[in-house]
Amino acid sequence: MAQRASDAPVISATGLHRSFGDIKAVRGIDIEVAAGECFGFLGPNGAGKSTTIKMLCTLLRPTAGSAQVAGHDVVTERDEVRRHIGLVFQETTLDDYLTARQNLLFHADIYGLARSAATPRIAALLEMVGLADRRDHQVLTFSGGMKRRLEIARGLLHSPRVLFLDEPTIGLDPESRAGLWRYVDALREQEHITVFLTTHYMDEAERCDRIAIVNKGVIGALDSPAALKASVGHDRVTVHSEDDTALAGQVRERYGVEVIDEAESFVVLTPDGERFVPKLFEFGVPVLSVKVSRPSLDDVFLKFAGSRMAEADEGPAASKRLRVMAMMGGQRR
Amino acid sequence: MSTVELVPVTVAPGGFAHEVRAASVVWKRDLLRFWTDRGRLISSFMQPLLFLFVLGKGLGAALGSGRGGTDYSTFIFPGTLATGVMFTAVFSAISVVWDRELGFLREMLVAPVSRVSIIIGKCFGGASVATLQGTVLLALAGLVHVPYDPLLLLGMFGLLFLTSFAITAFGLLIAIRAETIQTVMPRTQLLLAPLMFLSGALFPTGGSLPMWLRIAVRVNPMSYAVDAMRSVTFHYLPDHGRGAGFATGLTWWGWPVPPWLDVIVVFTSGVVLLSVTCWLFTRDE
Repeated sequence: MAQRASDAPVISATGLHRSFGDIKAVRGIDIEVAAGECFGFLGPNGAGKSTTIKMLCTLLRPTAGSAQVAGHDVVTERDEVRRHIGLVFQETTLDDYLTARQNLLFHADIYGLARSAATPRIAALLEMVGLADRRDHQVLTFSGGMKRRLEIARGLLHSPRVLFLDEPTIGLDPESRAGLWRYVDALREQEHITVFLTTHYMDEAERCDRIAIVNKGVIGALDSPAALKASVGHDRVTVHSEDDTALAGQVRERYGVEVIDEAESFVVLTPDGERFVPKLFEFGVPVLSVKVSRPSLDDVFLKFAGSRMAEADEGPAASKRLRVMAMMGGQRR
Repeated sequence: MSTVELVPVTVAPGGFAHEVRAASVVWKRDLLRFWTDRGRLISSFMQPLLFLFVLGKGLGAALGSGRGGTDYSTFIFPGTLATGVMFTAVFSAISVVWDRELGFLREMLVAPVSRVSIIIGKCFGGASVATLQGTVLLALAGLVHVPYDPLLLLGMFGLLFLTSFAITAFGLLIAIRAETIQTVMPRTQLLLAPLMFLSGALFPTGGSLPMWLRIAVRVNPMSYAVDAMRSVTFHYLPDHGRGAGFATGLTWWGWPVPPWLDVIVVFTSGVVLLSVTCWLFTRDE
């Protein structure tokens, strides 16, 4: 493989915009992702994540701005970009009625891979994702985790330089998720690929080299997980009292600290949480519980996106699939 | 986990050969799907068989058989094949909506190939599946007194493919922009029934029809597919099937439309429909 100058970014976007009618889904996104990096793209539902990914994957034209992926323009050199990217979407895009191998062979054909090279690579990939013994089984007999592994194998079949993973583990149990990441890491190491990931799981975000937090179509924060946590800089004091609204208001007023209201509590952000706790009892409102915690990525997310990571998604995809399956009565035409 | 050595591969640089390969793998998948879906395979024969043997023999008994043994079931044999492949072809084409709903369409759309190749692959897929079904029906010819002449069979095979191709293109046009199968199904039902009834598959299109019906039949491209198949079939019947009094072919103001013109009408309809489908599909690419 021809090696490009190593410091040239594999993904770069400048002033990326996309509107749907009056709705401005993406309002000026700038990103640079270096070769071999694992880049996390986080944000609540409707923040513009999927729209941005679709533009980077050539599935959607930007309204304004431009982007290059693997050295090619996503609008003018669409096919060239497609040759160098692998995609795993939230929704599965496998043919359930074909076997695992037939799905991969379809991919090899439609990407125009030489059969002599594709056949051993298919065998090796199936081996790596632990599906070699199931290769001739129809995909509809697979569990959710197995399907995802097959999709990752397929996404990497044509030796892409960038792998886009759009919530790759949504709906999987913790064990399958952990397994999936083991496979992805092993594959990444062998092929030196760049990963562009969206997720709502904090532990997955922690794996990234850098993270961008998107909200309302713009990037609110972009840095390494450690730097982002440091930038929040404050401990979290989570307080539950007899009257959260009143207490939160008084604390905010007297100490000028940042206070975030939550459903059954409120959170005070302060540099030294333990020392702040006694102050909560000065107001005469009975305090029921107090918890002090160091900043996590979730807090970073809360600060820049205004909600918690886990709250942000249940995925319309899951419910749509269920509806389709129910409509077909489990059978497909 | 075992350590397996991965060898990088290179994606084809594009070009005509790659596009052809892409279209052919889309085509192959449709055939594979049809073959694994035995239920659909069997149920696709139900309607033509009912037409041929229940309606054909039942109504035929009432109408009585003409001289030379050309009875009603023989008369509707070509039309039954044409409408049989019509239903199979349209439902094959509609599978593109399932592909969209269940995600597989995206796997095709993100590949470095033109959407036109995908459409062409889909069109040939539907056409092949329907032709296969039509060929099996063709094998029943003897049961309705149609002789197994090799030229007749060859001619019919060609016409079945041509018809299936045009109808699959029609089905793709209905389905290509649809997001859900619910929006497509009613649309399909609404269009298929008139296409079948107004094709002259079940009755002669000649003199005694009311004027509005004569016009409707002549506007329907399916009529030309039926007419061509009937011309070929009747050519090989004793006395060219004239004895039955059914044998009046399609006419334009009294001028009998020759089979070659039938073929041109069907082919042109197919190409126009396919072009519009491709245009719709690539418009927002």
